[in-house]
Amino acid sequence: MLVLLFILFGAMAIGCALAVVAQRNPLYSAISLIGVFISLACLYVMLAAPFIAAVQVIVYAGAIMVLVVFVIMLLNVEEEEHRRTRLRFLVPAAVALAAVLIAEVTFILVSVQQSRVVPTSSVSDTGLTQSIGSALFTQYLLPFEITSILLLMAIVGAMTLARRGGLLGPRDQAKRD
Amino acid sequence: MEPQLSWYLALSGVLFTIGVTGVIIKRNIIAMFMCIELMLNAVNLTFVAFASFFQDVTGQLFVFIVMTVAAAEAAVGLGIIIAIFRNRETLDVDDASILKL
Repeated sequence: MLVLLFILFGAMAIGCALAVVAQRNPLYSAISLIGVFISLACLYVMLAAPFIAAVQVIVYAGAIMVLVVFVIMLLNVEEEEHRRTRLRFLVPAAVALAAVLIAEVTFILVSVQQSRVVPTSSVSDTGLTQSIGSALFTQYLLPFEITSILLLMAIVGAMTLARRGGLLGPRDQAKRD
Repeated sequence: MEPQLSWYLALSGVLFTIGVTGVIIKRNIIAMFMCIELMLNAVNLTFVAFASFFQDVTGQLFVFIVMTVAAAEAAVGLGIIIAIFRNRETLDVDDASILKL
């Protein structure tokens, strides 16, 4: 049963990920990416991590992708025009690199399979919100605070970058014109 | 038979590879951005799989922090994309290869 679910959601994730790369319209890519996020959330539930699954749906499929779709529609991006000739070599290069990466992953998996690690499949409270929260606010308090500072910097940086006058601000822009 | 740890790692590797391929072959800067998100998610899957199989909550905490960093990256990255579009009227990365706006 779990194997069937894994195959279902894994195939869904890989198919949607291929669609992200294959689509020419960025909006269709974004919607395929939401499919990847949803199927990964299902896999997280299978891995006994319900909190991470909920955060995945809310933060990734909700907040971040809404932001991306908003920007795509704001900038009114049309489909990619035909690729210029000098960049043709990138597709075979990408395929070769992908083959190398897959070969590395296969090698690691084969060597892992030979040294069998038996997973402890007993039910525990590892993925529950309570254990994550208590670890986050006691042992890992410093990374948590640093993350909040990072978010503050991101807010200020995004506002500075996207404001109308550019980096210098409207007053300096007017002086420069 | 239950899904093994190596299955999840293989799935994560495939997703990461698709993301790398997308970053290389895509020319639209927003599409490249989405492929980077795909790579981040592949790594998150690895973390959650290890955390679940070794019964350790640290991996899931790290996923939480990675998600926060991804949100910050999305905000700043989309701000940069809007600034590039306002100055150059295009989203093709080859037209924005000079750092100066």
